[in-house]
Amino acid sequence: MIVLENVTKEFNSKSGTVKAVKRVNIQVNKGEIHGVIGYSGAGKSTLIRCVNLLEKPTEGKVFINGVELTSLPLPKLRATRNKIGMIFQGFNLLKTATVYDNIAIPLKLLGYDKTEVKKRVEQYLEIVGLTDKHTNYPNQLSGGQKQRVAIARALAQEPEVLLSDEATSALDPETTDSILELLLKINRELGITILLITHEMNVIQKICDHVYVMEDGEIVEQDTAIKLFTNPTHPTTKKFLNTISQRNLSSSLISQLKVTGAVTRLTFVGESTGKPLLAEVSQKFNVQPNILSANIIELKNGIVGNIVVHLIGDKEQVRNAIHYLEEQGVTTEELEGQSHE
Amino acid sequence: MSRSDQFIEQWLPIIGESVLQTFQMVGISLFFSVLIGIPLGILIVLTRPGQSLENKVIYQLSNLIINIVRSVPFIILLFFILPFTKLIVGTSIGVKGVIIPLVIYSAPYIARLMESAFLEVENGVIEAYTAMGISTRAIIWNVLLREARPSIILGLTISTVSLIGATAMAGMVGAGGLGDVAYRFGHLRHEVDVMYATVVILIILVQSIQSIGNRIAASIKKD
Repeated sequence: MIVLENVTKEFNSKSGTVKAVKRVNIQVNKGEIHGVIGYSGAGKSTLIRCVNLLEKPTEGKVFINGVELTSLPLPKLRATRNKIGMIFQGFNLLKTATVYDNIAIPLKLLGYDKTEVKKRVEQYLEIVGLTDKHTNYPNQLSGGQKQRVAIARALAQEPEVLLSDEATSALDPETTDSILELLLKINRELGITILLITHEMNVIQKICDHVYVMEDGEIVEQDTAIKLFTNPTHPTTKKFLNTISQRNLSSSLISQLKVTGAVTRLTFVGESTGKPLLAEVSQKFNVQPNILSANIIELKNGIVGNIVVHLIGDKEQVRNAIHYLEEQGVTTEELEGQSHE
Repeated sequence: MSRSDQFIEQWLPIIGESVLQTFQMVGISLFFSVLIGIPLGILIVLTRPGQSLENKVIYQLSNLIINIVRSVPFIILLFFILPFTKLIVGTSIGVKGVIIPLVIYSAPYIARLMESAFLEVENGVIEAYTAMGISTRAIIWNVLLREARPSIILGLTISTVSLIGATAMAGMVGAGGLGDVAYRFGHLRHEVDVMYATVVILIILVQSIQSIGNRIAASIKKD
């Protein structure tokens, strides 16, 4: 549905050429939600603006539904943009227009007749749950409500694709959740494919099927959300995971604990979450597991459990225990303490 | 007959006519200045770097012209362009003769005021409309002009008041108006009462224009 092929975007500034996006490849299939996460300055905002050509990529191709946008002349590009909705961090509503008009004006400008405009405005205001606010002005609404209007405005054009540029970044956690719920709902009920960018891991966690981690203009790691949360490899990915669950113990503590055994992170996903594996380990091997920290992360498509455990016992037994856990489908990672150099 | 009745009988026709002349001059020149100033304002906003019609040459050229014209005080402009005025309207005197200099004085000023009004419109909104596939022309009408309306009204209020000030010098080319009455009768002929009367009328005029402008702007503004 959305395909980015080797998309590169360079900006010319006085101090030279800046590569904001470097050879990025993304493929979002119909009905999926993909998320790009990165710190500010990673180039993700430029990237998403390349999808509907608000920024023209310096190199590379963008396809939406098989149509190559990058080669379209402006009138055709405009016609295709109707099929790509976009929502923004700053909502970008007309301040001088009511909620109703904010949704109706673009429809009128796109040539829909009066009855169709009215029908769509009412339909999509209901979907976003703001039917009673249609005569209000944006200034009379809360941030979350403004974003709902912006979502209704985007949906009213009945797009196949929705781009979200940090749509929840200006909202408090509770409102963020409600907007994410809404995005999930329109993804499920209207089948709209979503590509979003964010710097918040909980956005990825709650609604994304697939994740791209972006740093310095490049995608440094990408995978399905479950795999990425189970087995992150890039340091930046790990840092982002730390933002939703404290995954790291101090290295001096680990060194202390390692004297009597191993400190291991166990990541459970799918079936392995159901078994009492630690109890089995202590029965089968001469190893005493001591749980140091544990958490559970609910993803869109599954649950990932995370335990950091101190396995107390002699080296051989500990090694066998870890091996057994891996056989049972648990991802393990031995944590290292201070180096002794 | 009381003194004030006498004053009214003697001066009302003259002052009345001068008020009409002032209205005429301000009205006509405001109309043409808006016709030039608003499109010029849109042009310099849309051709600036990073905007949809980015064009360095047009942007810098229009800026230069606006600045040059804005550097010349109205009284000098009035005489400086006399030949041009005569060429366009056939005369350089009377109300007709003063409209051209007033427009040339006022249009670039309006363009500047409109520029800052349009720059207040959030770029993000324009971007959102571009992303929806809406044409630049429709964006100008439905986003830029619409969202800037409160600032446009305030800007036009300011330029109307400044036009009233400029018309005071129109007497120099025999166009009449309130300023002319104050100068000719009040100053040159020491009719202090006439001077007071015109000043009071000017104050009332400016006050009412400003408060009407403020009120309209506030009623459109929704935040």
